[in-house]
Amino acid sequence: MENFGYHTPTSVADAAKLLDANEDAKLMSGGMTLLPTLKQRLAAPSDLIDLAKVPDIKGVCRDGDEVVIGAMTTHAEVHENALVRELIPGLASLAGQIGDPAVRHRGTIGGSCANADPAADYPAGTVGLGATFVTNKRKIAADDFFVSLFETALEPGEIVVGVRFPIPVWSHYQKLRHPASGYAVVGVFVAQTKAGVRVAVTGAGPSAFRMSAMEEALAKNFSVKAIEGITVDADDLNNDIHASAAYRAHVVTVLAKRAVAAR
Amino acid sequence: MGQFGIGQPVRRKEDVRLLTGKGLYTDDVNFDGQVWAAFVRSPQAHAKILSIETSAAKSAPGVVAVFTGSDLKADGVGTLITDVEFKDLAGKDMFRPKRDFMTIDRVRFVGEMVAVVLAETQAQAKSAAELVMVDYDALPPVGSTAFAASPDSPVIWEEHGSNVGVHWENRPEAEIEVQMAKAKTRVIIDIVNNRVVPNPMEPRCAVAKWEDGELTIYAPTQGGRRIQQGLAKTVMNLPADKVRVISADVGGGFGIRGKLYPELGVVSWATRKIGRPVKWRGDRSETFVSDYHGRDQINHAELGLDANGRVVALKVWTIVNCGAYFAENGPRLPINGGGRIIPGVYDIENFYFSVKPVLSNTVPTDTYRGAGRPEANFLMERLMDAAADATGLARDEIRRRNVIKQDQMPYRTQMGMLIDSGDFIGNMDMAMKAADWTGFEARRAESAKRGKLRGIGLSNFVEPSGGRPTEEMRIAISPDGKATVYAGTHSHGQGHETVWAQLLNSFLGIPFENVTLVQGDTKIMPKESAGTFGSRSSWMGGVGLQRSAKRIVEKGTKIAANLMQAEPEKVSFDAGVFRAGTSSVTLAEVAKASYEPKNLPDGVEPGLDESYFLKRDPEEFNYPNGTHVIEVEVDPDLGKIEMLNYIAVDDCGKVLNPFIVHGQVYGGVAQGIGQAMTEMTVYDDEGQLVTGSFMDYGMPRAHHLSMIDALFNEVPCKTNDLGVKGAGEAGACGAPGAFVSAVCDALKDFGIRHIDMPMTPDRVWNTIQKAKAAKKA
Ligand SMILES: Cc1cc2nc3c(=O)[nH]c(=O)nc-3n(C[C@H](O)[C@H](O)[C@H](O)COP(=O)(O)OP(=O)(O)OC[C@H]3O[C@@H](n4cnc5c(N)ncnc54)[C@H](O)[C@@H]3O)c2cc1C
Repeated sequence: MENFGYHTPTSVADAAKLLDANEDAKLMSGGMTLLPTLKQRLAAPSDLIDLAKVPDIKGVCRDGDEVVIGAMTTHAEVHENALVRELIPGLASLAGQIGDPAVRHRGTIGGSCANADPAADYPAGTVGLGATFVTNKRKIAADDFFVSLFETALEPGEIVVGVRFPIPVWSHYQKLRHPASGYAVVGVFVAQTKAGVRVAVTGAGPSAFRMSAMEEALAKNFSVKAIEGITVDADDLNNDIHASAAYRAHVVTVLAKRAVAAR
Repeated sequence: MGQFGIGQPVRRKEDVRLLTGKGLYTDDVNFDGQVWAAFVRSPQAHAKILSIETSAAKSAPGVVAVFTGSDLKADGVGTLITDVEFKDLAGKDMFRPKRDFMTIDRVRFVGEMVAVVLAETQAQAKSAAELVMVDYDALPPVGSTAFAASPDSPVIWEEHGSNVGVHWENRPEAEIEVQMAKAKTRVIIDIVNNRVVPNPMEPRCAVAKWEDGELTIYAPTQGGRRIQQGLAKTVMNLPADKVRVISADVGGGFGIRGKLYPELGVVSWATRKIGRPVKWRGDRSETFVSDYHGRDQINHAELGLDANGRVVALKVWTIVNCGAYFAENGPRLPINGGGRIIPGVYDIENFYFSVKPVLSNTVPTDTYRGAGRPEANFLMERLMDAAADATGLARDEIRRRNVIKQDQMPYRTQMGMLIDSGDFIGNMDMAMKAADWTGFEARRAESAKRGKLRGIGLSNFVEPSGGRPTEEMRIAISPDGKATVYAGTHSHGQGHETVWAQLLNSFLGIPFENVTLVQGDTKIMPKESAGTFGSRSSWMGGVGLQRSAKRIVEKGTKIAANLMQAEPEKVSFDAGVFRAGTSSVTLAEVAKASYEPKNLPDGVEPGLDESYFLKRDPEEFNYPNGTHVIEVEVDPDLGKIEMLNYIAVDDCGKVLNPFIVHGQVYGGVAQGIGQAMTEMTVYDDEGQLVTGSFMDYGMPRAHHLSMIDALFNEVPCKTNDLGVKGAGEAGACGAPGAFVSAVCDALKDFGIRHIDMPMTPDRVWNTIQKAKAAKKA
């Protein structure tokens, strides 16, 4: 690890100022991904801007028809939060399936989404629920947020402040854990929302995507049978030593069916 | 026996110390004025080194020195030890490539060291290491085991002209083919025993100091004596007593930590060179590319059976991937380590086996929990399952017909090993009963209702234990009656602080809490100490203690007789008290008296301090054995396996502490299941280790395993006074075979009879798809 400046701003505005002032600075939330990359010398930012002391961007509240989760809320907090459990149990369950207890108590929803690991769980939950990312500059629909492998719509200097989740009628997450890392080889989030059925997939492709064919079929007939034959083209999927693209394509359908069956 | 004696489930003494951070691991050691070492490691699998440019690194902040392999060579540093010699049937010697402590003109695996940077801080050393510019001229790499042995493969050692170190055979194949020809049924299998990365919890570390003409080095080892000798001879050019190796607390050994690694040599040489202490703290990434790996065999085997399902002959061909160099024991494992016990618990008279140790552009392989025996047992159990299929006999029945029966003991194997005892039928009965084998079909039907495929599997094993044939143990009793054990064995997780205290409690009546263990320091350990590996400590250390204790009693008897004014022949000893008639003195009183010359009879030296150098025939082992049964459920849509139940029946002879042996069984089983289910080591075509971190390398986690029921079928060993057999490696021997058998049982309706390890979801699912397609065609 190389030397770096360390800052603990106490407001989002101050964090943004620090970010603007230091071109090679990096935001840090739980450090679960960032710190290992520094230790492995894969990155050497000039400054770390730790969001730990920023109030107001941590915790869960309800705002009308939405549940709002602050960017610095840990996976464990989301998993255990009474409001999330009551209103979006599918999301509480997703958060509880991330990593291990240590990771869940440090890792945050903001850091996880900003990092946009293709195998992370939250992308499926945010896209699957039609959530909206709130940054210090604007609002970004989850559908537009995850651009590609480790790439989001965030611009330099932009900070995720929170995520707004419309309260669904019902939702469920199914995950096949990676044998080594525990991340999602494939994760499928199915939700019945007020705006219709959504099916979002993580792990299988370069970033989370929706299965519109399944969404349409389920909108007409919400049953396992309705999506039985609907598959995703393996050509567009990840292929690695742990899971072939063909296997991933198959698993997408299996997990989607299991999610629907859980209704 | 009392509460703390032999056989009692005494809780581990050392745990409070270790779990509350009071252990002394190598990384806890720092010397004033120390510099930090960082190694420059090759990113290339196979290349010529054209030049190494160190000037930028040398002028980086904090850098004290940068050295390359040439610097060591110029100082007369020798090469690493390959402690094996084999000849082919024609008498031609095995090729033994020389490995420099730091390579000079060629790299042969990713991670091989090419330079060391010494700096004031670790961060400075690591930063400067990135400035060392090595000009490589890439050569084609050889990563896979099968490829290394093929004539089309590039050759890593031109001077040998082949990657095959030797073609070793136990006898001409034709001799056994004569017998094989008589078989009614012949079964053939081709299997892979996957390479694993051992990963002890503690990454490697070393702190070395040169002072007053003596080297002191702290490092996690399994008993430093051999490392001391190696360093003294090949690196320092000193008498061994001028080198002191200390391994206080060590976070796991598993066989691979008993070796003289090149990093130890470089750090030792460097501290003398620069005149300052040198510390190196390896990280997990370095563990992956520099600790020796385990397993990595390809086996082709043929079993011939008569009309009754009795084996008439066995032939095995093994290729073992030893990596870029032959490590200390590399080629030994498939031959003496495990190969000769391939027939296992079965009565097999005609046995041919051939081994080709091959060199490749991968990390060298060496001993890893079981060291050749898990590979051997796995192979034999896969053959037995195949034989069951071919003959139509049940999997347990084919085994029952072939196991060595108790009335055949002691049993001389075809390879000349003498199995003294074991109840192989009893093991199977006990395990199958505990697993409710007969009730299995009902459970299978219940799973099927939930869309799951249930399977049950069993495996037998026997694993010769004992390691090196000598060990020395010493007991010193202080004037206050407390005892110190100076052990040649080395506990790095096994719990010797507890078990040795139990033994002294039993032998000498010394209170459990009054026994202290001193180990892991070559200056203090008994001279002839060897260490802990090969499941040897209860035997070599335990019996060594028993004999030392006997000497304590013998000497104590003389002193006690003097104190009690009795004839020594009239003095008896029991539970810490010497008696003669109505008089008695305690061992503590005798100990106290022993330090006062006035109490000593003529010719008796002061003190109560005895040791015993235990020596056995190098070809004599003990034979831990057992039967393990696993039940699994396969989710056929995902290819995912869930372990439901595990029964381990182990005969490790007399159990000294069941609580501790259970721990050994659990750990070994977890490692065996890891190999079978999750641990996949992948080198790509460029020779890069793709699975070089825990993000890609599947270490088994608690949630991968079911509960393990560890049972004992205790048959005391007949060849040692304590009746003990090894226990440390049994789990790793039993688990893979039982696991694969269970999964194949679950998938039998698809016609699947074998899947190579590790059985990852992707691999299982793909195998099912292929089987389905084949059925259709
Ligand atoms: C062992 C292990 C197992 C894991 N398993 C899983 C798993 O199963 N599923 C899963 O989904 N994840 C998993 N993770 C990832 C984990 O969930 C973390 O959420 C993730 O690593 C991000 O960590 P963090 O929140 O600490 O963010 P950090 O590491 O602090 O930051 C990550 C990135 O996001 C940026 N960033 C942080 N906060 C903000 C913000 N508010 N606005 C803009 N940018 C920001 C940082 O600059 C950095 O680039 C695992 C991680 C580990 C170490």
